Amino acid sequence: MSLITARRRRRAAGYAVIVLGLLTAGVAYATVTGQPGTAAAATPSSASPKQIAEGASLFSVTCASCHGMNAQGTSQGPSLIGVGAAAVDFQVSTGRMPAKEISAEMPRKPPVFDTAQTHAIAAYIASLGGGPAIPSAAEVSPIGADMALGQSLFITDCAQCHNFSGAGGALTYGKYAPALTHSTPTQIYEAMLTGPEAMPVFNDTTITPAQKRDIIAYITTVRSEANPGGFSLGRIGPVTEGLVAFLGGIGSLVFASIWITLKRREHT
Amino acid sequence: MSNSKGLGGVGVFLDDRTRGAAPARRFMRKIFPDHWSFLLGEIALYSFIILILTGIFLTLFFQPSMTDVVYHGVYHPLDGVRMSEAYASTLNISFDVRGGLLLRQIHHWAALLFVGAIMVHMLRVFFTGAYRKPREFNWIIGIAIFTISIFEGLFGYSLPDDLLSGTGLRITQGVLQSVPIVGTYLSFFLFGGQFPGHVIIPRLYIIHVLIIPGLLLALISAHLFLMFHQKHTQMPGKGRTETNVVGAPMYPYFMAKTGAFFFFVFAVVALLSTFAQINPIWLFGPYNPSGITAGSQPDFYMGALEGALRIMPNWVSNVGGYTIAWNVIIPAFVPLGIIFGGAALWPFLERWITGDHREHHINDRPRNAPTRTGIGMAAVAFYGVLWLEGANDVIAAQLHIPLYTLTWIARVSVFLAPAVAYWVTKRICLGLQRKDTHLLEHGVETGIIRQLPSGEFIEVTRPVSEEVRAVLESRTGLPQLPAPAPGEPGEGVPAPSERGAMGKLRVRLNRVLTEGIPVPTGNGHGNGHAELREGEPAAVPSGADHGRELEAGSPDEEERPSGH
Repeated sequence: MSLITARRRRRAAGYAVIVLGLLTAGVAYATVTGQPGTAAAATPSSASPKQIAEGASLFSVTCASCHGMNAQGTSQGPSLIGVGAAAVDFQVSTGRMPAKEISAEMPRKPPVFDTAQTHAIAAYIASLGGGPAIPSAAEVSPIGADMALGQSLFITDCAQCHNFSGAGGALTYGKYAPALTHSTPTQIYEAMLTGPEAMPVFNDTTITPAQKRDIIAYITTVRSEANPGGFSLGRIGPVTEGLVAFLGGIGSLVFASIWITLKRREHT
Repeated sequence: MSNSKGLGGVGVFLDDRTRGAAPARRFMRKIFPDHWSFLLGEIALYSFIILILTGIFLTLFFQPSMTDVVYHGVYHPLDGVRMSEAYASTLNISFDVRGGLLLRQIHHWAALLFVGAIMVHMLRVFFTGAYRKPREFNWIIGIAIFTISIFEGLFGYSLPDDLLSGTGLRITQGVLQSVPIVGTYLSFFLFGGQFPGHVIIPRLYIIHVLIIPGLLLALISAHLFLMFHQKHTQMPGKGRTETNVVGAPMYPYFMAKTGAFFFFVFAVVALLSTFAQINPIWLFGPYNPSGITAGSQPDFYMGALEGALRIMPNWVSNVGGYTIAWNVIIPAFVPLGIIFGGAALWPFLERWITGDHREHHINDRPRNAPTRTGIGMAAVAFYGVLWLEGANDVIAAQLHIPLYTLTWIARVSVFLAPAVAYWVTKRICLGLQRKDTHLLEHGVETGIIRQLPSGEFIEVTRPVSEEVRAVLESRTGLPQLPAPAPGEPGEGVPAPSERGAMGKLRVRLNRVLTEGIPVPTGNGHGNGHAELREGEPAAVPSGADHGRELEAGSPDEEERPSGH
C-alpha cells in the first residue's frame, strides 16, 4: 500500500495505470472471444472456414459491443442472424458500420475495413443463417441494361426519397435518404435487396434482378452526365434556383441600381 | 452643320406629318426623381420585355401536345422513354435547337426575376407610402399584375410536362377540387375529364402565351401610363415639395440611366442563364402520375402556398354529403388572401383611420410611419415563414433538422413571427425617430472634446447639413384624430364620425397608427438653435441642377426648366 501511495504522483504512474487497465481489458476480452468460432457449423460452401474465423474475430472486435457476442442483437443494435452477406457488405463497405454513434440515420463515411475484411465479416454473418448473398460483378453491371425502363422504375420507386437525380432527401424524425452520388453499383443493388435503415426491401419479385440492373444503369449514367446549363445548383430542384434568383439576380441588380443613381457626395 | 441640318430636315418632315414635336418635347423634358429603389420596378419591366422576346422564340419550337411519343433524341439516358410531345419538344429545344437551352434558361431566369422584382418593388411602394392618394388605383393594378404573374409562371413551368410540372398541376387540381360543391366540376372543366387527361397542356399553352401576356401587357401599360400621368413620387429632400418634382429630365439623363439599366438587367439574366442551370427537365423525366420526387418544389413565387399546404393539419369535414377539405381550402386561399386582400384594402383602410384625404407626392421614410412599417414587416414575416416551410424538406436535408420539428416550428412561428416582427420593427422605427430628433436638436457629434478655460469639457457638435436637415424634417407624423382623453368625459364632445362602435374603433386604430416620437417644433423647425439655418424647403434655392417645379393645382404640366 505504502509503495503505491508513495509513487502515485510520479509521472509514470498514470501510464502504469493505463497499461494495467489495457492488460485487464485485453485478457477479459480474449477470454470472452474464445466462444463464437464454434458457431460456424452451417458454413456456406463459398466461404472457407478460415475466412469465417477471420470474420468472427473482426466481428467480436468491432461489432459485438452493439450486436452481441453471437450477433443475436442487444438493446443497442439489432440481431444480424439471417440478414445475409449483402446487408453486411452494404453497411460495412459504405462505412455506415461500425457506427461512431447511434443516430437516426447512420451517415456514409470512409470504410474502416478493406474488401477482404468486409467479405470475411459478411461470410461470418452469412454462416449464422442464410440471407441474400453479395451480388457478383456481372449481376450489378449496367452494361447492356435497359436505361429507359430504369428511368421509369427509378422515378416510380426511388425518386420519392432519393430525389430525381439521386441527390437525396429528408425523411421523418431526422432520418434521410442519402445521396446516391458515391454509391457503387454493388452497393445500390445490395440496398435494394436488403432495405437498410428506413429503406424498404425491393426483393427479386418486386423488382427483378434485371430491373435492378436497369435502375443502376440509369443512376450511374445520369449522375455522371455533365450539366449542359451551367452549374447544377445541387440538382435539388427549384429551391436553390429561387435562392440564386434573389441573392444573385435581384441582389446584383439592387447594387446596379444603387450605383447608377449614386450622386457625387458633397463634402462640407 | 450639314448633318444637324439634315436631322432637322427629318424632324420637320416628321412633325409636318405627325404633329409629334410638342408631345415629344414634353416627353423628353419629363422629370424623373432619382432614387435607387425607384429602379426596382424597372427590373420587372425589363424582365417582362426579355420574357416576351424569348417566349416568342420558344413558341417556334415548342409543341403543346399530349400525344405519346417515344424519345430517340440526343439526350441518351432518356432514349426509348415514352413521353408527351410537349416534353419531347422541350428536350429538343434544350439539346437540339441551336441556342435553345440558353434561351429557355433566359426565359426561366427572367421569369424568376420578373416576379421577384415585382415583390421587392411592391415592398418599396408599401414601405414608403407611395400607394397613398392619388395612387391607390395604380397600387391595385400592381397587385393585379403580381397575382396574374404568379399564374403566368405556374402555367409556364407546367407546359414542359415534366415530373415537377405534373406534380404542380396535380396540386392545382387538388385546389380546384377543394372548392366546396363545384370543385369536381371545376376540375373536370379545366382538365377536360380525369387528371391529367390530354387537353390541359394545349389549354395552359393558350393561357400562357396569349391570354395572360395580353392582360399583363395591358395592365403594365396602364400602370406605366398612370405613373407617367400622376408623376413619380419623390423621396424627401432639400427643395422637394408636394407640388414639385425634382430630378433629371427624361432626355438625356433618365433615358441614359434607364437604358443602361436595361442592359444591366439583361446582363444579369444572361449571366445567370449562362452559368446557372435552371429547371433541368431532362433530369426530372416525363410526367408520370405514379411518380414523385423528393424536393418537389414549385418556383419560388408559389413557395408560400406550398408551405401553407405543408403546415396545415389534416382537417376534413363532411357537410350534407359534401366533403369540405379544410386541409386544402385554407392553405390555398387564406394566407395569400390575407396578403393580397390586405394589400389591396390597406390604402383605403389607412385613409379611413387617419382621415388623411390629402394628395401625397413625397414618400414617407419607413421609420416615419412606424406602425405601417411594422405591419409591412409582419406581412413579410408571415409570408417568409410560409415560404421557408415550402422548402422544409430541403432545409431538413441540408441542415439536418428533423422534418416534423421544422413543421412545428413553422406552425408556431407563422403566428408568432409576425407579432415579433411588428413589435421589433416598430421599436426600431421609433428609435430611429429619436435619433433623427436628436440630430435635429443637437446636431452631429464631431468627436471633438474641447476644454473651456474654466476647465469644463464640452463635446462639439455640428449642425446637420441642409440636405440631411430637409430629409430629417420630412417627418410630419400621420394625421391624428382629435379625441377626448379617455376618462375625462367632459373634456370635449366627440365628432359624429367618432361616435359609435366604428368611430371608437377608428379612434383607437388611429392612436396605434399615428404612434411616433413628437416632431421637434419651434417655429416649425429646429428648437431654437439660432445658428442653424432654417430651411423652408420650398424657399431654398433648388440645389438640383436640372429641376423644374410644377405649380400646385395646375392641371397641365408647366415646364419651368431651371439651370441646364
